[in-house]
Amino acid sequence: MAERKTIRKWFWVWDFDREERWLNQMAMQGWALAEVGFCRYTFEKCEPGEYVVRLQMQKNDPDYVAFLEEIGAEYVGRIVQWIYVRRRAEEGPFELFSDTQSRLDHLNWIARMLLAVGLMNLVIGVVNAFSGNAVGAVNVALATLLMYGLGRIHGKVEQLEQQRELTE
Amino acid sequence: MNNDFALTESTYYILLSLYEPQHGYGIMQRTEELSGGRVRLAAGTLYGALSSMSEKGWIQLLPGESGGRKKEYCLTAQGLLALKNELDRLKELVANGEKILGGNDNG
Repeated sequence: MAERKTIRKWFWVWDFDREERWLNQMAMQGWALAEVGFCRYTFEKCEPGEYVVRLQMQKNDPDYVAFLEEIGAEYVGRIVQWIYVRRRAEEGPFELFSDTQSRLDHLNWIARMLLAVGLMNLVIGVVNAFSGNAVGAVNVALATLLMYGLGRIHGKVEQLEQQRELTE
Repeated sequence: MNNDFALTESTYYILLSLYEPQHGYGIMQRTEELSGGRVRLAAGTLYGALSSMSEKGWIQLLPGESGGRKKEYCLTAQGLLALKNELDRLKELVANGEKILGGNDNG
């Protein structure tokens, strides 16, 4: 069995592209993502650059995973709504999105999730505050953070939409 | 349903690939082949497009051979119409472009 190592690291949801870059840097250095957990990434030794790693927010869908496997990708794992896949670089360029529309759809899906969880926390926070429960402050703080994240995602959406102006 | 909007390049090639029933990987290969290697559909893009097109009624799942993991899709009459409308639109674009810029390659 290949040599393994585990790294604990935290990425905010809105930094998913930075997370993906980091995972690919690890692969370039000869460490292929092999397992994922909450704030935990386990790598196994590989040839430098042997794998390309991608991640995507996607609802649980075995058909999609089966489809990814059909095109030669390996399913590494899932954390909540995020799936992690890798494919051998020798099989050619590996992307999960190939046009602007689908990249925008993906970002909008992330934005909806952040908004839903943010609003839920806001409601819980306000209800707690009115019933004199100090825990509500934590929910309000979390809601504020998620709204910040939503702003970051909207920034990425705007960037893509600007690119799409006059072109597809 | 008439389509007043231009189809995206991915949508157009996916529909065109489905002129004959195909499974997902087949659509990717057919699109790459038709476009001379220029358009490579990524898995997430294709998968999302297939579900939107199914919702629109442009394509449908073929009743699968049991046990088969691969889903096969085919074009519906509505999908064929959307494709033909797009072809008419593209012809108009090309005709006008050629009329004004001249059909010659050296134009």
